[in-house]
Amino acid sequence: MKLTKIALPVIASLTLLPALAQADTLDSVKKKGALNCGVSTGIPGFSATDSKGVWKGLDVDFCHAVATAVFGDPSKVKFVPLTAKERFTALQSGEIDLLARTSTWTATRDNSLGLNFTGVNYYDGQGFLVNKSLGIKSAKELDGATFCIQAGTTTELNLTDYFKSQKMEYKAVTYDTSGQTIDGFKKGRCDAVTSDASQLYGLRLKMEDPSAVVVLPEIISKEPLGPVVRQGDDKWFNIVRWSLFALLEAEELGVTQANVDKQLKSENPNIKRLLGTSGKAGEQLGLDGKWAYNMVKNLGNYGEMFDRNVGTGSPLKIDRGLNELWLKGGLMYSMPIR
Amino acid sequence: MAVYEVKQAKPAPSNNRGLIYWCRQNLFSSIGNSILTLLCLYFLYSVLPPLVNWLLIDATWSGSQQDIVKEGARWIFIIEKFDQFIYGFYPQALHWRPNLVIIITALFIAAMMNFKHVPLKLALMVLYPIISIIFIYGGVFGLEVVDTPKWGGLMLTVIVAAVGIIASFPIGIVLALGRQSHMPIVKTLCVGFIEFVRGVPLITILFMASVVLPLFFHDGIEFDKLLRALIGITLFQAAYIAEVVRGGLQAIPKGQYEAAKSMGLSYWQSMLLIILPQALKISIPNLVGSFISLFKDTTLVLIIGLFDILAMVTLTNSDPEWLGYEVEGYVFVTFIYWVFCFSMSQYSKSVERRFNTELK
Repeated sequence: MKLTKIALPVIASLTLLPALAQADTLDSVKKKGALNCGVSTGIPGFSATDSKGVWKGLDVDFCHAVATAVFGDPSKVKFVPLTAKERFTALQSGEIDLLARTSTWTATRDNSLGLNFTGVNYYDGQGFLVNKSLGIKSAKELDGATFCIQAGTTTELNLTDYFKSQKMEYKAVTYDTSGQTIDGFKKGRCDAVTSDASQLYGLRLKMEDPSAVVVLPEIISKEPLGPVVRQGDDKWFNIVRWSLFALLEAEELGVTQANVDKQLKSENPNIKRLLGTSGKAGEQLGLDGKWAYNMVKNLGNYGEMFDRNVGTGSPLKIDRGLNELWLKGGLMYSMPIR
Repeated sequence: MAVYEVKQAKPAPSNNRGLIYWCRQNLFSSIGNSILTLLCLYFLYSVLPPLVNWLLIDATWSGSQQDIVKEGARWIFIIEKFDQFIYGFYPQALHWRPNLVIIITALFIAAMMNFKHVPLKLALMVLYPIISIIFIYGGVFGLEVVDTPKWGGLMLTVIVAAVGIIASFPIGIVLALGRQSHMPIVKTLCVGFIEFVRGVPLITILFMASVVLPLFFHDGIEFDKLLRALIGITLFQAAYIAEVVRGGLQAIPKGQYEAAKSMGLSYWQSMLLIILPQALKISIPNLVGSFISLFKDTTLVLIIGLFDILAMVTLTNSDPEWLGYEVEGYVFVTFIYWVFCFSMSQYSKSVERRFNTELK
C-alpha cells in the first residue's frame, strides 16, 4: 500500500516533468545559445549535406530562419538528424525545439501526439512520372497503364482510389524499396512511377537522361508538409508560425534579400510593418523588432528559398505549382502582419 | 677398399612435377573435380572481365560530373565526398586530431605487442583511451570541443566498434565469472542479465536507448545520443563475450582449479594467474569472431540517426548535386568493411600463434 502511495506520484511526475520543464522554449533556446532543429537523414532538396558536410535544403533554411528570428544570426542552429521513427519522440522529449522534416500534417499527428503543426512550408502530394515518349500530357490519359509502386505504402491505396474515381483501369508491379521501383521503371517494366511529387523530381535526376521523363501536373493526394513544435507552449508556437508567414509575406510584398535594405525606406505600410519600421509585430512575439528584416536579409524570402533548394535554381527544378503564392494561383497565403 | 660415392638424386620424372602435374593433382584429379574446375573457370571468365572493366578500366577517376563519358564506376563521387565518408561532419580544420589518434593507436598496438613490462602495459591501457577521447572530443588543453553529432563516417564506425570491444571485454569476463560463482545472488543477477540481453535483438536495445530513454529525463539533462547508443552496444556485447569466455572457463580441466586452491591462492589470484590466461587463450577465435560481428553490427546505429560509414552512402546521395551514385558508395563501403574485418582476423591469427605455447 505504502509503496504504491510513493510510487504513483513519482511515476506521474516523471511523465509530467518534460511538459512542465519546457514550458518556455524561447527562454531555453536563448539560454542554450542555439536552436536544436530536427531534420531528416537525407532528403534531396529538403535536408541533406553538400560536399563540405554543410546542411542544405528548404527545411534546413527554415531552421536557419527561425534561428535568425530569435538570435538575429542564422548560424545559431544545431541540426539533429532524425529517422522517421524517432522524429516525434525527439520533439516530445525536448531533444529538439523544432522539427522541420517533411512531416505530413494529419489529424492523428496533430491531435494525439502532443505536438502542433505550425503551418505548411511545402504542399506535397502524390504525382506521376512518365516517359516523354508516351506523349501523355495528363494523368487522365493513363487508362490501362502499368505502374511501378512500392508495396505496402499509402501510395498504393491512393492510386487505387484515384483510378476508381476516374473509372479507369491500371496494372501494378510492386517492389520493396524506392530504389528497386525506379530500377523497374528504368528497365521498362512499367509505363509510370507514382510517389510523392517532391520525390519524383529526385528520382527523375537518377535517370540516365532526365530530360526523357516528365512529372505530370496532376496531384492525387494531399501531403501538406510543415514544421512542428511541442504542444503547450503557445509563445514558441507563434514564433515558428509567424516566421513562416513573414517569409511568405516578404515574397508577396516583393521584399528580397537583395532589396531588403532599400525597402526599409519604403512607404508601403505593409512593408513597414513587416520590416519593423512601424508596428510592434516582433515585440509582440517576444522577439527583436527587426526579426523579419534579419530573416530576409540573411536567407531571402520564401520564394528565394524555394528556388535555391528545390526550384529552378536547383538541380531538382520542381515547379512552384501548389506552392506558388495565392496571388499567382497557388496555396501559399500569409495571414496579414498588422 | 671400395669408396662409396654419393650419387646425385635424379630429378623427379617429368610427369611428376611442374605446372601440368600440379594442375592434374589439384584441379583435374577426377571427372567430378574436372567438371567443377571447368565450371569455376567459366564463372570467373564471365564475371571477372566485366567487373574489372567496371571497377577500373572504364571507371572515371577525375574531372567533374559533366566530363563523365565512360560506362564504368564514377569514383569522382567517392573522391568528392571522401571527407564525409571518413570523418562525417568533423570540422575540416580539425581533421588532424582524428589522424593523430590513428597514429597513437598504431604506436599503442606496437607497444602492447613488444613491451614485456606488465605495469607499463597496464598504464598504457588506461592512458590510451583517455588520450584518444581528449583528442577527438576536445574541451581541455585549449582544444576546441567537437560535439558528438559532428562525428560520423568511418571515424564513428571505428569509435563505436572500439568502445564496444574495449568496454565490453572486462564486463563480459566479470559476467562469465559471476555466472560460475557459487554465490546465489551474484549468479542469479549475472545469468538474468546475460539471458535477458541475449534474448533481445540489438536493434531493440538501440531503439530503447534513442526513443524511450529520453522520455524519462526531463529537459536540462541532455544525455548524449551517441553515449546512449554506446552504453547499449557495450552491454549487448558484454553478454555475448560472457558466454564466449564461459565456454573457455568450462574447457579448463577441474584439476587446474583444484591445483590453484591447494597452493593456497585466493579466488582472484587463482582466476587471474591460473584459470583466465588459459581460458582466454582457448577463447581467442570465438572472441575475435564476436568482435568482427560487432564491427559489422555497428551499422545498426543508422536507424537511430547516427551517420556511420554505411549511413553516409544514403546521406551523400541526397545531395541534389550528386544523385544516383549509390552503387559506387556501397562498393566503396564494402571494400572498407572487408579491409577492416580481414585485418582483424589476420591479427587474431597472429595472436593465436603467439599464445600457442603448448606446441612450441
